[in-house]
Amino acid sequence: MSDAKSYLGVPVLRPRVGFFELTSCEGCQLQLLNNEATLLDFLDLVEIVNFREGMKESGDNYRIAFVEGAVTRADEVERLREIRRNAEMVIALGSCACFGGVNQLKNRFNDPAWVKREVYGEYPIDSQAAVPLAAVIKVDLEIFGCPVKKEEVERIVTNLVLGKEVKHPKYPVCMECKAHENICLFDLGEPCLGPITRGGCDAWCPSNRLGCWGCRGPAPEANVDELRKIVARKNIPLERLLDRLECFGGFGGEADAVRKELGGLK
Amino acid sequence: MKISCDIEVRHLSRVEGHGNIRISIKNGQVREAVWEVVETPRFFEAMLVGKLYENAPYICGRICGICSIGHTLASIRAIENGFGFTPSAQTARLRLLLKHMETLQSHILHIYFLAAPDFLGVGSVLPLIKSHPEVVRRALRLKLLANEVCDEVGGRRLHPTRTVVGGFTMLPDRDALGRFHQRLRAGLADLFASAELFATFTFPAFTRETEFVSLRREGSYPFIGGELFSSDGVRKKEHEYRAMTNEYLAAHSTSKLSRLSRESFAVGALARLNNNFAYLRPQAAAIAGEFGLGPVNHNLFMNNLAQLVECVHVVEDAIALIDELLTDCWQEPRQAVTPRAGIGVGAVEVPRGILYHCLEFDKDGRIRKADCVIPTSQNHANISKDIEALAAHCVAQGKSDKETELLAEMLVRAYDPCISCSVH
Ligand code: SF4
Ligand code: SF4
Ligand code: SF4
Repeated sequence: MSDAKSYLGVPVLRPRVGFFELTSCEGCQLQLLNNEATLLDFLDLVEIVNFREGMKESGDNYRIAFVEGAVTRADEVERLREIRRNAEMVIALGSCACFGGVNQLKNRFNDPAWVKREVYGEYPIDSQAAVPLAAVIKVDLEIFGCPVKKEEVERIVTNLVLGKEVKHPKYPVCMECKAHENICLFDLGEPCLGPITRGGCDAWCPSNRLGCWGCRGPAPEANVDELRKIVARKNIPLERLLDRLECFGGFGGEADAVRKELGGLK
Repeated sequence: MKISCDIEVRHLSRVEGHGNIRISIKNGQVREAVWEVVETPRFFEAMLVGKLYENAPYICGRICGICSIGHTLASIRAIENGFGFTPSAQTARLRLLLKHMETLQSHILHIYFLAAPDFLGVGSVLPLIKSHPEVVRRALRLKLLANEVCDEVGGRRLHPTRTVVGGFTMLPDRDALGRFHQRLRAGLADLFASAELFATFTFPAFTRETEFVSLRREGSYPFIGGELFSSDGVRKKEHEYRAMTNEYLAAHSTSKLSRLSRESFAVGALARLNNNFAYLRPQAAAIAGEFGLGPVNHNLFMNNLAQLVECVHVVEDAIALIDELLTDCWQEPRQAVTPRAGIGVGAVEVPRGILYHCLEFDKDGRIRKADCVIPTSQNHANISKDIEALAAHCVAQGKSDKETELLAEMLVRAYDPCISCSVH
């Protein structure tokens, strides 16, 4: 029962959407509920048919599926494939879904059995390497961020409803940061991935005087070598750069290279 | 009288994370009544090994999308305790203010969006937008207020950016704090209206005696740090948390479980209220009185009301904290810390109960071992025991399958479980 709405006099259909979560903190979904000021308008824009965290009713007649979280278990592979079969469009919501997120930090250890023992002892537990959705199914659109920025999600959803193309910024976080005339974190002796990270968050962290940890993944023309030179010039230990590069999984290759250079895991 | 039924709720809705309820009754006997935790584990404790201490608050905040501030503060406290560092009074006040607003945000989310639909006979908050617009707007107003204070103090409502070891990266705007002071006073009126609404709900008369565990601190209602206290009389120091949580593993659960004096215990708003009733702020205590809530209440459905009472308490306390902050001039936001080898424990009362982070460091402050004990894992065993008792209660009362199922769902929701947190 997609009742008709109109926007600037043009009728639009409220698409049926479903929200799903795999291995995650569920924070990206909660960001939508965290949108108190515009939540009611947002709910007017779409018809939610599946949102376990918020409602009891559920259905599989959704057109757009927002999937949060990384894939870490066989049952999640199955659920994800089923979602793909049901939905016309699958959207990866947040860095866990786009890159594996913090979950993939466990992948950096060479011995997965040690990871399990460290937490569960000898108790048998089922878990595989954390991978992004795109490693299992075709993903139509990615919304980056840990957490996603609610304004951005709303903008994207509005564009989808209106049938407009969704474009991600090509410039890095650093551009947004400079527009705010923030103090550069490097001048405070803090590492920052702003120069190589995809913008769109409006320099969320540097504007709060925290270096960027790269949650949105690499900007299209990320120059990691240039960043390494800055880090070296500021006498910041390479280890602290690695912590940020490897945190969310967006810089997998670069992180692996630096880790190797530092002599593997400590 | 009802003699046989099979109830299976897969992936219970309106709770954070994935859990199942299974009840099987044959010939008037409860054969099985369990709460199963099927969430996928994420291995945070392993992830941290080998990393510098500064990673812990940043990464551990991602354990939970609802109480990320609590996790961040627990890691920070573990690190500061481990390094023998005491934060400044200003930092302590700002952290408590931030913590209070997370509690408000989380409790409002739970009592209005997750719990209230059951009492109003609907499946979610969505129909209420049309049928009870004023109620939904009030809930959103309170949540927005809480979240905006978190943005101002912590930099971001979810996965905060300003909270670091040693203090804050930057301080809130004093004028903004002044404006929040006014809005918090208006928020109290919204909370009183909430209390009137919740007074019209019928809470099932179901009690099962249990042990309640919370932090305790002479003179104030506990939120950050303090002694560990149980209603059965156990007292422990913060660093002796393992004697309190006794984690073990069992089938049906990817979360660890806990026990203390009995086979299970409860943590959370009702436990805090039962153990620290005398320290509630006056208006919070008055509302508790109106609800007939007092120590020791053994009806877990009342956890919903205990959360509402705590909302009033944290708002009263936040108003006082802002008064104190605005009386003094700003000091430096952040102090330097010096790493040292050792172990640090940080206990924090997050919305759902006591959260412990324990970190072991080498001399450079690299993490050698990490342990996080989550409130919901402490509650899981108690939830199971409650479901068992509730199933027996429903059989005795001749309730229909549907009624039993709804009551079991409501009981689990009353705990406000945060399952992905418990399987971290
Ligand atoms: S991307 Fe971050 S906020 Fe979103 S679910 Fe993953 S950990 Fe949570
Ligand atoms: S703080 Fe980071 S994002 Fe901002 S200017 Fe410096 S490097 Fe760029
Ligand atoms: S500044 Fe960096 S870490 Fe922070 S939100 Fe933006 S991309 Fe993510």
